[in-house]
Amino acid sequence: MTDPSPNPRDWGIAGTYVFDGDRSRAGYAVNKLCMSLTRPENRERFRQDEEAYMAGFALSEAQKQAIRDRDWLELVRLGGNIYYMIKISATVGAGLYAMGAQMRGQSLEAFLATRQNKGAV
Amino acid sequence: MARIVAGIGSSHVPSIGRAFDLGKQQDPAWKPLFDGYLPVKDWLENEIRADAVVFVYNDHGSDFGLDRCPTFALGTADTYPLADEGFGQRPLPAVKGDPALSWHLANALIADEFDLTVCQEMAVDHGLLVPLPLLWSYQPDWSIKVVPLVVNVIQHPLPTARRCLRLGHALRRAIESYPADMRVAVVGTGGMSHQLHGERFGHLNEAFDQRWLDLIESDPETLAAMTHQEIMDAAGAEAVELIMWLIMRGAMAPKVRRLHRNYYAPMTSGMGLITFVDAADPA
Repeated sequence: MTDPSPNPRDWGIAGTYVFDGDRSRAGYAVNKLCMSLTRPENRERFRQDEEAYMAGFALSEAQKQAIRDRDWLELVRLGGNIYYMIKISATVGAGLYAMGAQMRGQSLEAFLATRQNKGAV
Repeated sequence: MARIVAGIGSSHVPSIGRAFDLGKQQDPAWKPLFDGYLPVKDWLENEIRADAVVFVYNDHGSDFGLDRCPTFALGTADTYPLADEGFGQRPLPAVKGDPALSWHLANALIADEFDLTVCQEMAVDHGLLVPLPLLWSYQPDWSIKVVPLVVNVIQHPLPTARRCLRLGHALRRAIESYPADMRVAVVGTGGMSHQLHGERFGHLNEAFDQRWLDLIESDPETLAAMTHQEIMDAAGAEAVELIMWLIMRGAMAPKVRRLHRNYYAPMTSGMGLITFVDAADPA
């Protein structure tokens, strides 16, 4: 009935990063930055000067670099949650499917070719 | 006394909201989804005629952050503003609340040992705003009053599937103890199969989704016995939000009659829709 302990990590599900307490703690500043982008004035500030904006949050250097690189998989590994990370993509004009294709290690076109009806985007 | 007149399970995939706002209802890629809702909306407005709906959904880092993350939260406001999820607000009116019903449910559920967080101010995001205009009219204003019930399905530990079913049982008792002669619908949202992060992004499982649609009708106890790990392994990590459908199902009678069922999975999420009335209700 109860779920197993988060050890082994990610419950044996490949390609998955279970958003548990350890990850939420590690990624707290990342997700806090992301949530701040629900305000239009903050999105504008992020677009104007990303470095200055990031400096307002207690991010690790690795987390900053993952944001600079738009390295979504690395950001997930460092505690980013996809529902929060989508706020960065909304701010900079990346789309969820492009983020997903990158995490899968594919081009967007190759990813869309795996879908039943890519017209429904 | 108030009574439950309909139960609805529905996905809340954000791309549906974008397609809705762009008027893609007749687009061949979207028509199979939107057409599934048309008879349901008609049925709700002309036959069910609910006065209020308890709407079970989850926030996606839009209004509830990770600083405070209630397992279950209940809105008690007069109105609920629309969250800005990074794209600006959707062109919909603010959602109308029913504070008297909300406070009754808070009192009844907490007395029944379901200790929800009571929220007098909260914005609602796509978890609620995607299905709501597919089910009820919003022009010139919403035709339904809403009691939002928010569930943490993002940051583990999550409530168990069985806890959700039991909350549904308590929700039924709470609604039925409301003295006003009122018709109440319950909507459970989320899913179906999908994974939005990691190398496994895009994982879908239509067989799982169809079985879920079968069992939410006939055997919710089997679904309530599933672990989060089992759901996530079979249907994708983000599919775990399907546990919210069990709150709706728990609020219905053990035996239900299904009226509608639709399924479409064009991109990265199984988009399901199902409606029930209690089997004992007149046809």
